[in-house]
Amino acid sequence: MTRDGWCCTRDGFISMSRTDQQLGPLVDLARERPQVPAKARNLSPIVPRGSIAGSALVAVVAIMTFLASMTTGTVLLVSASAAEWQSEVASEITIQVRPSPGHDIERDAAAVAEAVRAQPGIVDIRPFSREESAKLLEPWLGSGLSLDELPVPRVIVARVQPGTALDLEALRHRVKQVSPSASVDDHRAWIERMRSMTGATVIAGIGILVLVIIATIISVSFATRGAMAANRPIVEVLHFVGAGDRFIANRFLRHFLRLGLEGGIIGGGIAMLFFGFSESIASWFSGTPVGLSGTGGAGGADRRNHSLGVATDPACDAQRNRLTEQYVLQIPLRQKTF
Amino acid sequence: MVRFENVGLRYGLGPEILRDLNFEIPAHSFQFLTGPSGAGKTSLLKLLFLSLRPTRGLVNLFGHDVSLLGKDQIADLRKRIGIVLQDFRLLDHMTTYENVALPFRVIGRQESSYRKEVIDLLRWVGLGDRMDALPPILSGGEKQRAAIARAVISRPHLLLADEPTGNVDPTLGRRLLRLFIELNRSGTAVIIATHDMALMDQYDARRLVLHQGRLHIYE
Repeated sequence: MTRDGWCCTRDGFISMSRTDQQLGPLVDLARERPQVPAKARNLSPIVPRGSIAGSALVAVVAIMTFLASMTTGTVLLVSASAAEWQSEVASEITIQVRPSPGHDIERDAAAVAEAVRAQPGIVDIRPFSREESAKLLEPWLGSGLSLDELPVPRVIVARVQPGTALDLEALRHRVKQVSPSASVDDHRAWIERMRSMTGATVIAGIGILVLVIIATIISVSFATRGAMAANRPIVEVLHFVGAGDRFIANRFLRHFLRLGLEGGIIGGGIAMLFFGFSESIASWFSGTPVGLSGTGGAGGADRRNHSLGVATDPACDAQRNRLTEQYVLQIPLRQKTF
Repeated sequence: MVRFENVGLRYGLGPEILRDLNFEIPAHSFQFLTGPSGAGKTSLLKLLFLSLRPTRGLVNLFGHDVSLLGKDQIADLRKRIGIVLQDFRLLDHMTTYENVALPFRVIGRQESSYRKEVIDLLRWVGLGDRMDALPPILSGGEKQRAAIARAVISRPHLLLADEPTGNVDPTLGRRLLRLFIELNRSGTAVIIATHDMALMDQYDARRLVLHQGRLHIYE
C-alpha cells in the first residue's frame, strides 16, 4: 500500500503492499474492467431527499401553512377593514326624513338640510334626491321604480369635522323642530354591532390559528417520526462508520428543516395566490347583482370583496357611500315600511 | 488491542449465550471466528463493535474499558473499527463511490481531499467502473466488495467481517480472502466470522471457535 493511495501497478496487476514491503501481486480484481478518470463529484445528501415519508411531510406542512396563512390573513383583513369602516362611518351622520300626512317631504327635506348645515361641526351635507333614492333601491326593487307609490324616506348624509364633538342632542332638537318625522342617526348602534362582530371574528380566527398551529405541531412530529423510521437503516449505517449522535441529528435536522421550508413556501405561496385572486374567486360565487353604480354607489367588486370578508380598497369614497346606503336602506326594509 | 475477561452476554432474561470469554486480539493479528449457526458469532462481533454491552465481565478496547465510555467516545472508537456485515448495509440512494467515501464525510473531510484515495481503493477492489452505480444494480459480489472497501477506507486498526464470503462464489471468496490478508499485512487486525471450513483451510491463521457459548482458541 502506498502512503497516499491504495494500490500500485506491477506487470498489469493491482497489488496492495506497504512501501517497505515488496509482496507479490495478490489481488487482481481490477484487471477485468476499464478504468475511469478521477473527477470532482457532486455528493448526494446523506439523508435522501425524495422519499414517500419526506413527501408526506412536505404535504402536511404545506397544507397547515396554507390554513394558518389563510386564517391569519383573513383575521388581519377583517380587523383592518372593520377599523377603517368604523372610522369612516363615525365621521358621518345620517338624517332620515320620513313621509307623514300633511307634510311635503321635499320641503321638509330641504328645511332639514338647511338646519343641519347651520349646526356647528358639520362641514358638508349631501341630500339624496328622489331619483338618487330610486337608484339606490334598484338592487332590491328593480329599475323603473316610481317612488310616488312608496313611502320611501329621504336621506341626508352629513359629514362631521374630524376631531369635533358634535352636539347630537342639539342637532336632534333642531331637526325635530323643522320636521317632526325626521330622525338623526350617528351610526353608534351599527358601529357597536360592527365592533362586537369583528371582535368575535378576530377571536375566533385567533382560536382557529392556535388550533391549526397545534395540529401542525402534532402532524409534523408524527410525520417526522414516520420519516425517521423510514430512514432508520441510514442511521444504523452512519453508526457503523463511526458517526456520533450529534452528527446524525444535525443531518436529519437539516433534512427536516429543508422539507419544512419547502412545505412552508408551497403552502404560503398558494395562500398568497389565493388572496391575490380572491376577488376573482369571490365573483364566481357572488349572487349579488353587479351594479349599484351611479350616485354614491359602490362598484360590484367592493361588494364581492365584502361577501368574502376581504376588503381590498376600503378607503375609497364609493365604499363609504355604499355603507351609508346599505345602512339607511336596510332600516326601512327591516321595518317593512314598503 | 482487544481484551475480554470473563465476559458474559445474555439478551433480556434469556439464557447466557456467551459465557466466560477470555481472549486477546493482538494488533496486526489475523483470526477466524467460527462455530455452528447460532453459536453467538454475530453477538461476539457486536460486542467487539460496541453495539452491545456485556452483561458481565470486562471488555477492554484500544486501552479503554468500554463500560466506562460515553456515546461520543464509543463513536470515536468505532472510527478505528471497520465492519463488514452479511447484508452489506450500503445506502441505496448513494453511489458506490459515495458509500465508500462515507467514513470520510462523517469525519468532515472535504471531497477533494479523499477523492483519489477512494477511487484508488475502488479500482483496487475491481469497482473502478462501478463508481457511479447505485447499490441496487450491483451484483452480490460487487456489493460485498463495496462494503469491504467502505470498511477499510479509513484504514481501521481492527476489521470485523461477518460471513464476508457468504454471498459470493468460491472463486470470488478466495479473492476476497486475499484482500483481507493484504489488509492484515498492511497493519490491520482482522477477525473474519465464518463457518466456511474451506475458506479457513486456505489460510493458516488463528481460530476462535465458539461452541455452546464458550470460546476455544486454536493458535
